[in-house]
Order: sequence, then structure tokens, then C-alpha cells
Amino acid sequence: MEKKIGCYICTGCGIGDALDVKALGNIATKEQKIPVVKNHEFLCGTEGIAMIRKDLTDEGVNALVIAGCSHRVKNEEFRLGIAQMDRVDLRDKCLWVLDVPEGDDTAEEDRQMMAEDYIRIGCVKVKKMNDPNPYEASTPFSKVVLVVGGGIAGLTAALEVARTGYQAILVEKGETLGGQVAKMHKVSPARAPYNKLEENPLPMLLAEVKGNKNIRIMNNTVVQKTVGAPGLFDVTLNHNGTAAVERVGSIIVATGFQAYDPGKLDKKLGYGSSPDVITSMEFEEMAKAGKIVRKSDGKPAKRVAFSLCAGQRDTSHLEYCSGACCVYSLKQALYVIENHPDASAYLIYQEVRTPGQMEDFYRKVQNEGGIFIKGDVNKVTSGSSGLTLEVNDKLLRQGVTMEVDLLVLATGMETTMDTTDPNSASPVGKQVDELPGSILNLQYRQGPGLPSLKNNFPDSHFICFPYETRRTGIYVAGPARRPMGIAATCTDAAGAALKAIQVVESVARGAAVHPRAGDLSFPSFREEGCTQCKRCTEECPFGAINEDEKGNPLFNPTRCRRCGTCMGACPQKIISFANYSVDMIGSMLKEMEIPEADDEKPRILVFACENDAIPALDMVGRSHAGALSPYIRIIPLRCMGSMSLVWIADAMASGYDGVLLMGCRHGTDYQCHNVRGSALAEIRLSKVSETLDRLQLESSRVKMVEVNIMDAETLPQVINGFVAEISALDPNPYKGF
Amino acid sequence: MKEYSFFPGCSSEHNASAANLETSVQSMCRMLDIKLNEIDDWNCCSASIGYAGGGVIPRLALSARNFALSKQQQGDRDLVATCAACWLSMRETSERLAHEPEVKEKVNIALKEGGLSYEGGIKTRHLVEVLIEDIGWDTLKGKVTKPLTGLKVAGYVGCQTNRPFGVAGDSFENPQYLDRMIELTGATAIPYAKKVACCGGALMFSEQEKSCQLTREIIQCAVDGGADCIVTPCPVCQLNLEVYQGKINQLFGTSFKIPVLYYSQLMVLSWGGSWNDAALHQQVVQPDVLKRFV
Amino acid sequence: MTYDLTFAKEVYENSEEGHWIKMCMQCGVCAGSCPMGFLGAWTHSPRQLFQMVRAGLRDEVLSSTDMWMCTSCYNCIVRCPRNLPITHIIHGLARYASVQGKADPKQSTHHFAKDIFWENIVATGRVGEAALTMKLYFKDGIGEGIKQGLEMKDSALGMLKAKRLKPLPFRGKIKGYPGFKAMLKKAFELENQKEGKA
Repeated sequence: MEKKIGCYICTGCGIGDALDVKALGNIATKEQKIPVVKNHEFLCGTEGIAMIRKDLTDEGVNALVIAGCSHRVKNEEFRLGIAQMDRVDLRDKCLWVLDVPEGDDTAEEDRQMMAEDYIRIGCVKVKKMNDPNPYEASTPFSKVVLVVGGGIAGLTAALEVARTGYQAILVEKGETLGGQVAKMHKVSPARAPYNKLEENPLPMLLAEVKGNKNIRIMNNTVVQKTVGAPGLFDVTLNHNGTAAVERVGSIIVATGFQAYDPGKLDKKLGYGSSPDVITSMEFEEMAKAGKIVRKSDGKPAKRVAFSLCAGQRDTSHLEYCSGACCVYSLKQALYVIENHPDASAYLIYQEVRTPGQMEDFYRKVQNEGGIFIKGDVNKVTSGSSGLTLEVNDKLLRQGVTMEVDLLVLATGMETTMDTTDPNSASPVGKQVDELPGSILNLQYRQGPGLPSLKNNFPDSHFICFPYETRRTGIYVAGPARRPMGIAATCTDAAGAALKAIQVVESVARGAAVHPRAGDLSFPSFREEGCTQCKRCTEECPFGAINEDEKGNPLFNPTRCRRCGTCMGACPQKIISFANYSVDMIGSMLKEMEIPEADDEKPRILVFACENDAIPALDMVGRSHAGALSPYIRIIPLRCMGSMSLVWIADAMASGYDGVLLMGCRHGTDYQCHNVRGSALAEIRLSKVSETLDRLQLESSRVKMVEVNIMDAETLPQVINGFVAEISALDPNPYKGF
Repeated sequence: MKEYSFFPGCSSEHNASAANLETSVQSMCRMLDIKLNEIDDWNCCSASIGYAGGGVIPRLALSARNFALSKQQQGDRDLVATCAACWLSMRETSERLAHEPEVKEKVNIALKEGGLSYEGGIKTRHLVEVLIEDIGWDTLKGKVTKPLTGLKVAGYVGCQTNRPFGVAGDSFENPQYLDRMIELTGATAIPYAKKVACCGGALMFSEQEKSCQLTREIIQCAVDGGADCIVTPCPVCQLNLEVYQGKINQLFGTSFKIPVLYYSQLMVLSWGGSWNDAALHQQVVQPDVLKRFV
Repeated sequence: MTYDLTFAKEVYENSEEGHWIKMCMQCGVCAGSCPMGFLGAWTHSPRQLFQMVRAGLRDEVLSSTDMWMCTSCYNCIVRCPRNLPITHIIHGLARYASVQGKADPKQSTHHFAKDIFWENIVATGRVGEAALTMKLYFKDGIGEGIKQGLEMKDSALGMLKAKRLKPLPFRGKIKGYPGFKAMLKKAFELENQKEGKA
């Protein structure tokens, strides 16, 4: 079907007063040859929308350029079932950010020029778009969710999946279900008034899981390998030595934690020197057996000290806080107190961390007589009357000694994700990535594991997308993801279950999951142009691309998040999307009008990331953070990772005086929604000076800045500062070529 | 006419240190048609330092006796205090009797020895609460006939009118009611960082130098802010700030001579009351700055 | 030193509001809110005193002058994130130290509050300010009293002139004094039972 574009210009919100809308229409009609061009004073209103709809049905319009406000507002109104559409922002990023004093003809002219350029590139963008054909696999998509790990996290996840009506396979490597919680006597309170120990929830949960027809439980089973992609995972499960392949849609890893090896602890804590120095888990088992006694002689243990943060928040052991030990130590102190009326429970702590309602539980233990000492255990000696602890009491500012029957060490949690990986591939900029192995043994080009950022915990964009990993369709719940207690684990498992369901539904429609949720396009490539350089397969932040034996990329569309990093990486420019391509952006930047050098109107091209920089720009106008230079021209990119160096060369050759790239923060506290997009753009840019040298241009003409969504206040300074730097240089000599 | 049971407290007795408070309060209440019926034969509440000699039961028995007398003489009428420490002691006693049955029982055993008993039911209030809640800001403002225009006042709330109970739900850290009272008389309430700082209270008697250090800061802050006078609702604050200025000057080489008044004195003056009605003749540091408003 | 919990139990049971001490989370907001802290008037902040109670430092706590530095400003009470009635706990500890004979009788606030102020009230039923002042000045002997009196003579004269200080004779007793006295006698009996001195 032939493309017929309709361009609709809204004159509301002051657009009609500020701009020469007729001239804008002429750009679309005469210059861009758009067959249908109309104005409306209230385009997002019922009448305006009806006008567009009428053209869709009566005029055969099938592609849209909507000029008005930012694409981040009025989404519902303009959701007209048209895939080929662009929103040209005349209001938020033009009217609202320019300072045009009344009667200032030059300023008015500059504003009009900006609006006209934006109309131009909107038209070009839509011209360069194609309708995406949603990905269909040659084999059927599965909606079954595989849950790996039969502890409280896995049980909860499987049950949540099953309750929603989906099938779950619950795989447990051991003989029995229950994991660490099975060893526990009681649990800390999960309901108001949060001051009573509660019975172990495991028996009830187990009964429910076992009774649910949607859950298939496989004990004594491990995952041998995982092939495929979301909707199409073929997982080899080894049950008691017999392997079988199951097709599943998504995977939840819930393998839990392993306690830090107490043998590695500092000797001064006394582990191993006396049988009466034990770990929290050992104490838990003791309590469950109903015998809180000294291991050395079996006498009742009425005086028990708990050393919190044992081997935690300590750079020579676990550098992090496990988040749950304060609460489980409080719980164990209560075992002691409730067991003997004349008991003493000492909690030797750094800070008591009891977030949320657990503060009430902390108060409960204080009220019951728990003794809290801020300090460190410096020495443990054992004698006939028990252990003698030497503690530096930081609140009394002196050393204290105490005699106790037991010393319980609250050791921390480590993830059960494997920490060594002989097959680790090396994605670009390995500094923040380490690839632990995986219980899943992924047959991915980038390696078998789930990439971590720190301490081997699987990572993705932590702030916006918890439960995520950098492997689409694979979610990690519970302390395998980060250390946490039972209540947080159950919440986590429910969250991961929902994500697992979301992804199987999305891929079945051929749609992406976030950040570009619902996008039906996927990367395609022109095989004959490929030089097997492997940049795309190495750089994809989500490990979506495998390689064939020749080194050509093998795309797994359902793993793809549509960030375009492969497109930006490809030196041959052979990777593209139906709705996003190197040619599209290149054509857009070339379509804008570059004034003659004599006009003294420089042009600065701004590539802005849609995830953070664009919303921050939208907020500049809304929050009256200040005016922006009228010489900038903004082109939104879906991720800085999609930035192709050819655009920089094109911009310079077209006469732009400077290029500013606004990407997300990268590094260990990165904010890139696609994890490594902005980091990769930075690496690519380090090579841009070659291009500029070749053109004999100053390297300062291209600059990349990190922009956070909260940066509206400082953006005018950043942008105008760059414009000032560029204006201080001579005009780009390529203008007019 | 509104009637209340009234507990003046020791400092408001005739010829006592807060006689200026008492005189101006009586003038103010007359002008507002409020009748304060003094409890006959009341006793001291033991203020904030009664704990040392009185422990719990004897200390609480003191206010309980006043409650019992008030009830006997005036039924369920609200019991009003003008002194911060008296009000605080009574509020504390009232709450403990209400919430601690064992304490109440013991206090009643003691009261019985004096032929009295108290089962609760009387609401204890600060006069400032009566003004705000029962009289209302509009009425207070409406009475102004001689606005104190141009007078710059540091509104010093101090501690015990403000904490731990607080007046009329106002903020502990930055209460507004006193500034509002100052402003309604036509005067200007200056921004005052020491608004709720402590003057040392009763420790002026036992730790004079330390208390004077605290008091000095409070006065200095008012002087630095350009205040013509300091206004407070509390008799201990008033005493410490006014009477010890000489001592402070001697200790720290300052030369403070700033009048320290009660809110009631400002109101009476702005409502057209005489110098003596406002008890301005009973000041130790002469409030000459107010003469232009008479 | 060794942690000994007997003193903590003693305080929880006998000192006014003492049982709250176990609920302190040692955040230090009280220390930062105390006006006397900025003057260096105390060695141990409220929270430190509480920790000392919990550790069993009986002598150090009860013979400390720190509690007697309380001006009753109630800043700590309104700011305590755990809602501990800190001012009252401190008052309670001071009183308990006094009852246990551990507080220095010459400590100025202890002496003033207990021997001068309280006795002044008990003598007549109300505070007699002149008598109170006289007694305060002469607490360290006649010479010191005259010196103090002279130092404050301008203030005293000012007060007299303002009719805010009653010259001699001191005020008389309240009308119901016998009942008042009987009430206090009984109250002390009950109090002493609690304080373990009956």
C-alpha cells in the first residue's frame, strides 16, 4: 500500500499566536510534498482527533506527522493505530524554551526557523519509516514459566505464576523443597502489630504449591543448559541423570543465598576456637530442635551474645550489608528471652537496621529486655563458666567484658550465582562487567551467565527495572538477586512472576518489553554487507545476538530490547529497524536548513536520549528553568547506544557548527535504561577526532554530556554554555557545500 | 461573660515577681469580659523542680489538691493558668491521673488525709489557649484602638508554654501564636532565631552563670534583630531576661537595657488601657519606648 | 568493666519513668537538643546516661552531676524519635540519686531544688520568694550571703521598687495547711514504699 502522509499542525497552547503556521504548512506542502496538511486550534480535542480520523478513513492517510506538543504528553489521544507516526514538538522544546521578547524580530525569526526545521525533520522521519512486521518464530512460542530453585522465593514465584493461570515448572536440585527457610524455627513478624514471632510459613506454602495443578515440581533436577530466547527457551533439565528438553517462555532464577563461610571470618570472633561460637543458621537449627544449649557441655544457654555484621560491611570480607541479619538476630534474641525468664540476650551491633515495620519489632525486643551494645567483639576466650567476650562499647567509650554461654555470629549472604566463568566473553569496556557463570548455562555468545555489576549479584537498570537481568526474559528473585529477608523475598518473587508473565505475552505478539514496551520492530541486517567484525554481537547490552560459525550475527528478536546499540555499533551501517535507521537520522539532520556563515546564526545539533535527556528538556520549559539558545536543533535518539559515528561526520559535512550528545550517566552508578548504551557511545566518540581531523575541524565541536532526568535546572547552562563555546570558534567552513 | 476557675501561681501573688503579669492579665480579662475566679486556698504546684524534693506522688498530689479544690468550689469549670510552669505541672498531673490508675489511687489516698478527693474531669488550660480558642483572633484584633505601629518586638515563646504540650497545636520548633499576638496589636514581630531557646529556667538560681550565658544569647539575638522590646508569655522567662540584665552586663561586658514585657501588657496598651492597667509601672527595665503609645 | 544488668532492673522498677530507658536507641538527638550541652555543662548526655544505666554503672550514674543540669526545657522530649519522656527520666534519675544518698547534697541544683525550694513550699503551702532568695543567698554562710545579696542588690531594689518583691515579713501559711501537710505526709509514705525506703 502506498504511503500517504498527513501533517496536522496544532495551533493551540499559543502555537498559533507565536508562529507563522501558514509558513509551517507551506514547508510541509510545498517543500516536503505532504499531500494532506491541516491545522486545528485544539488538535488533541475531540474535534481535532475526529478530523484526523476522518482523513484516515476518507482520504487514505496512513502515516502521520502530528505537530504540537511533546511526544511524552497526550499519548492516549494520538494513539490512532498508525505505526508510522511522528510527533513534532513545537511547544515544549521550541515555544516554551525560547526567550522571545515582544517586538524582537530577530528572536521571532529564530523561533520560526526552529519550528520550520522541526516540521521538516518530522516529515522526513515519517517518510523514512516502514510498518514493522511483528516477529514470528518458526516454532511455537511457549508461555510456560520455568522457576529454578525450590526455596521460599521459588515456591512463591511458582505459586504466583500459577495463581495467575499460567503453567510453571519448579525445578529444585535437592531432594526436598523449602531451601534455607526449612531450617528455621520461627520467622519475624509479617503482620500488624509486628511484634510477635510467627510460625514458619513454609508448611502452608508447600501444601499450596503441591496442591496447585498449574505447577509441575521437579526435585533432584538441575538445568544442564539453556538455548534460545524468550518464548522459545529450550532448557535441558537433568533429573537424576536423565536429561530432557522443555520449551519455556521465561525463566525465574530463585536459587537463594549461601551463607558466608564462617571459617573465613576474622579469628578474633572466635569461630572454630570453641564449639560455643556458632553462626546464625546453626543457632536457628538449634532453636528449631528445641535446645538452646551450650554445644560444649549441653548446659542451657541463658546468656547469648549476637555479633551482628560478622564479616559484613567489611572490605576484607563482604563489603555490603545483607539487610536481613539485624532482624533475624532480633528474632533469635527473642528465642533466648522467651526461653528463659532470667535470660540475657546481648546484641552487639554497628547500627540496628530495621527498615519499615521492623522498627516495631526492634522496639519489642528492647522492651523485652534485649541488651544493645554498639561495638565490636575484639576477643573471645573460653573457660569453664562459658565464653568471655571483650567488646569495645562505642557508646560508653570503653572496653567491656561479658560472660556468655553462646556467641552467635550473624554472617552475611552471598549470591548462589556462580562466581567463576571459564567461558566468559568480553563485552566492550569490561570495567563494570564481570560475567559470573550461571545455573542456567546460557548458550549465549556473550557467555553462560547473568552479567553483574558488583559482588556477583545479577544486574540490570536497578532504579527503573528491579527483578531485571541483562538477559531478556530471565528474572532473578530473592537473595540470589540481592541480599534480603523472607518478607522482601516474597514480594520479590511476586514481582518477578509478573515480569515473567509480561514477557511471554509480549513476545507472543512480537512486541518488545521495556524500555520500549510494545515496539513491534526488530533489527534486520543486510547479510551481504557484513564484515564479521562482531561489534554488534559483542556490544548488545542484552546479549541478544549470537554468531554463526562464520561470525555473522544471528539475531534473537525476542531477546531484543530495541535500543539500537547494534545499529550504532555497525561500521557497515547494515543494521536497521523498520521505524529507526542510520539513514533516517542522517536524512533528518541533512534536511534542516543551515544559514550562511554570514548570517551569524550557528547551528548546533543536539542528539538527546529519549529516556532521560528528552524528559529533562521537556521539564526545562515546564519548570521555567531558563531559556535555551535558538540555534540548537534537537533530534531524539532512542538510546545513545544507537548513535552512529556517520551522523557526526554527516553533521559536520552539512555545516553544523557543533554536535552535543546528551546521554545517560554511565559507570558503576549508571542510569542508562539499556545499561551500556551511553558508555558505548562514549567509547565510539573517542574515535571521532579521527573524523574531525580528516575534515580539519576542531575536536571541541563534538561533546557528550551526561544528563539525568532531574537535570532540567542545569540544562540551560549546559546547552547555552556549549553554544557559547562553539560560537567562539569560526563557523564551520563546510556550510553551503 | 466567660468564667473560668483560675490558678494564679506563686509568682502572680501580690508583690511577687510576676505581679506585672497578674495586673495586666486582670486588666486584659476585664476588657474581654472574662472572669477569672481564683481557687480559694490553692497551693504551689512545685513547678519544674518539684521532682527533687517531691518525687512522684507528693509532687502530683500538689496539683491534685488544687484540682480537688477547684472542683469543690467551681464544679467542672475549666481551670486556667497564666504561668507556664504551673500550666505544665497541672497538665502533666492531669494526664498522669487520667492514664495511670495506680498513681491516681495513691494520690487520692494522700488527698484523703486532707479531706479531699479528685476523680478527674477538669480541663487545665493556659490563658493563651483561652484567648485563641474561646475569644478568637478577630475579637482580639478588633479591640485595638491604639495600634503599636512601628514597635519592633522579639516574640520570645521560651520553653514551657511550648513544650512538651504546646499551645493550640502550634509547632514546637517555630510556634506562630506569639508573633500573631504581637502583630495584632499593630507592632512588628521581628524574625527571631531564639524564639524557643531556653533561658535556664529555675537553674538561674543554682547555675547562675550558665543560665546567664543562655539568657545573654537570647537578649543579644533580640538586640541584633533591632527589637525595641522582648515579649513573652512566661513569668520565669520574663524574670530571667529582665531582672538579670545587670548581672549579664557585669559578666559579659554587655550593656543591655531592653524592656521585657508580657503579651498581656502589649494587648492592654493597644486596647487603650492605661500605663498602670498594663502594669508598665512594674517593670525593672523601664519600657520608655512604649510611652508614645499612651 | 563488665556488663551487669542489676542496676538497669533497679532503675526500671524504682526510678520515675525509668523503664523507658530500655527503649532508647542511642541516636543522640537529645544530646544535640540540650541547651546545657552547648555550654559543656554535662559530661554525659541523656543517651549516654541511659547506656550507662543499661551497662550497670551504678555509681557513675547516681553520683553524676549531669542530671542536675536539666533546665526542664523539654526540647529532648519533643524531639526524641522514640517518644521517650527524656526530661522526666532525667528528673527521675536525679531524684533517685538523691534518695539513694548518692547525689552530692551540696550540688547547687540538688541543694536548691530539694532543700530550699521544696522546703519553702512545704513550710507554707506556697512559694515565698523573699524567703527563698534569702535562703539561697545564705546557703554558703553569712559572708557569702551578704556578698551575693550585694551583687544582686540593684536587681532586688528594682524588684522592690516595681512592687514585685515582698519585703519582710515572709508570707504566712495557707488556710488549709494542716490538711495540706497531712496529705504530703501520706504521699511521702506511699512514695517511700515505691522507692524502697519504707
